Amino acid sequence: MGKTLTGADIIWECLVQEGVEVVFGYPGGAILRAYDALNNYYDQLHHVLVRHEQGATHMADGYARASGKVGVAIATSGPGATNMVTGLATAMMDSSPIVCITGQVASTAIGGDAFQECDVTGVTMPVTKHNYLVTDVNELAQIIREAFYIARTGRPGPVLIDVPKNVQFAEIENFVYPTEPINLPGYQPPKNLPQEQVDKALELINNAKKPVILAGHGVLLANAMPELLELSQKGNIPVTPTLLGIGGLPASNPLNIGMMGMHGEACANHAIQESDLLIACGMRFDDRVTGKLNTYSPNSKKIHIDIDASEINKNIRVDLGLVTDLGIALRQINPKIEQKDRSAWLHQIRDWQEESNQRDVLNIESPTLLAAQAIRKVWEGTAGNAVIVSDVGQHQMLESQYYPHEEPNTLLTSGGLGTMGFSVPASIGASFHVKDREVWVIVGDGCIQMTIMELATAVQENANINICIINNGHLGMVRQWQQMFYDARYAETPISSPNYVKLAEAYGMPGYRVDKLEDIIPIMRKAQAHDGPVLIEMVVEQYDMVYPMVPAGADLDAMIRRPHPQFEDMEI
Amino acid sequence: MKQTLVALVEDKPGVLNRVANLFRRRNFNIESLAVGHSETPGVSRMTIVTDEEEYLRRNIVRTNLLKMVNVITVEDVTDIPSVIRETALIKVRIDATKRREVMDLAEMYRGRIVDVANHSLIVEVTGESTKIDSMLEVLEPIGIVEVMRTGKIAMRRGSVTAREKNGTSGT
Ligand SMILES: Cc1ncc(C[n+]2csc(CCOP(=O)(O)OP(=O)(O)O)c2C)c(N)n1
Repeated sequence: MGKTLTGADIIWECLVQEGVEVVFGYPGGAILRAYDALNNYYDQLHHVLVRHEQGATHMADGYARASGKVGVAIATSGPGATNMVTGLATAMMDSSPIVCITGQVASTAIGGDAFQECDVTGVTMPVTKHNYLVTDVNELAQIIREAFYIARTGRPGPVLIDVPKNVQFAEIENFVYPTEPINLPGYQPPKNLPQEQVDKALELINNAKKPVILAGHGVLLANAMPELLELSQKGNIPVTPTLLGIGGLPASNPLNIGMMGMHGEACANHAIQESDLLIACGMRFDDRVTGKLNTYSPNSKKIHIDIDASEINKNIRVDLGLVTDLGIALRQINPKIEQKDRSAWLHQIRDWQEESNQRDVLNIESPTLLAAQAIRKVWEGTAGNAVIVSDVGQHQMLESQYYPHEEPNTLLTSGGLGTMGFSVPASIGASFHVKDREVWVIVGDGCIQMTIMELATAVQENANINICIINNGHLGMVRQWQQMFYDARYAETPISSPNYVKLAEAYGMPGYRVDKLEDIIPIMRKAQAHDGPVLIEMVVEQYDMVYPMVPAGADLDAMIRRPHPQFEDMEI
Repeated sequence: MKQTLVALVEDKPGVLNRVANLFRRRNFNIESLAVGHSETPGVSRMTIVTDEEEYLRRNIVRTNLLKMVNVITVEDVTDIPSVIRETALIKVRIDATKRREVMDLAEMYRGRIVDVANHSLIVEVTGESTKIDSMLEVLEPIGIVEVMRTGKIAMRRGSVTAREKNGTSGT
């Protein structure tokens, strides 16, 4: 015999049953009944009061990316729900599993423009993997189970559940948590590949002279790190990750040739363009990694492995599309990969790398602190072992270049949507899972001001996060485009900042400012000794650039390089 | 040739909205869409016609549809022997001298007169879209004042059913 529960109770009951330990949310009228029921569940899960519902979604997202589990965010109807749209779109673009629960006006009032009514399932349809409007309390538990299942399986993504007020109030006598298997006729788990597809892949791979593996977020999502390692190791095949694929293969592995794309390693982009076989693993040929589509890797055959059939041939025409879970596919393919000596190809890539080493910004002596060098210090100070949450802009690209990651899920960043303001809330979310490592945030002075109110959340929760603001006084990445493509007309890119040290103090956390390279490690040591959030402002060179850069729409190997006297005539 | 897709979808609130939304979101153009009940309770059947010509684009339309949680199966019947039908209601303004002519034409097209008034007739005609186009062409000089076309509905010939033609899994 079950107990009598309201819809409000059932929400929490189901979250507990799903194994949820922490939820991120903000109360309001249409979700108030659920919040009242939370009083009975405080001993079973922890609720984090955010300062803005966008923050709740990024926290859930950060938690999900760090843990591989589903992150949960809760908000009220109308403005509470619309504030979640950016976070949903961010999670959608990066295939991050989150479940958002929103209050809704009573189902009898829907359509009447009631106070704080908004068609949230309509608004969020294009930015969710799936969404629900619950109209009957008897369906609520099953819907929540389905939502979690859909969020975390297949190609993961955000799911939203809109729960009208009257459904929260409605009671079920003898509530029994549903246990029957989830039955979604239109949604099936990935299957083994047909043998002829495996054979075709093997033929292409075993005959390739200049193969390159493109390793995307799918490697991490499918937990296919061992399989990726085996494929590359066995076949001596170089691997280049996408931004979200970083960590799929240790950066120190000699076959990892560095990130591809607009601000990728020159050698990776050259390798892609010169390759005779691309093996794309769980990635989607975003324009930021392809450059101009019709000159992309012109001489290669292409294999594309992805769990999402609609990604095959979307941007890049491929010779072989394999639709299934990446781990399944590679476990079928790997056993017959032939050991090949591909040293000529690997040497060629190393030669390209050599030029980059010459041009490396780490070799430059600068009177001002350079962001890249500061970020390298953060790597040193954390022994390369932290979970880094980066935001969007120059600092994000520099992090990907100068903080080598050895393990999966140690770089959390908004790749597909490029959502400024992601890092601080995402790091708070991540800190609820990451207990055996430090969490460090690398954020620009523009980005932090987008979600800076979450510092209060960090303090209230005593979240163990260390925030490095890379302050260049500008919306640096946009300024870089203005400098390169708009004759240095800096319309609205210089940006002022509050006094961050005082601000940190006002929020109740330690704050430091550094502008010299040698001061960074000592201050990091102080931050590391502190339990709870710490803010470090790093005042850096204002007019630095991120190199290499493939201009938008240019050929992938038409990179603008950091000028160097050995290669260019230049004034010094 | 226009692309014709047959989809079986769960009969849940908002499904039509989701499908329409997908086409807008992915920048595909719907030429026509017909929905109705299928042989199975709780399952609706849609026939969707798009203007996608190219094979790979068509496949992307199909896989995007299939990816939706509420979509059970999708089959592209463009190049598969299928019965494809459309119905049109055509209101023609006439005077007494033309009535006979319209009735004769309707009969030639195996259409039916379904409404008769002093100054108008409604012709109902069913067939392939080209047949309806042609009927409209011959009625045009007489005076068409209203046309309603249902959009195509399609069913594969032979014993294979849409349900058996399951595509790759949704993700
Ligand atoms: C919400 C949002 N608005 C605008 C942009 C466009 N944008 C991309 S990078 C960037 C500048 C970021 O500036 P900052 O945080 O100072 O980082 P920096 O590039 O200087 O390292 C802007 C405005 C964006 N990505 N997201």
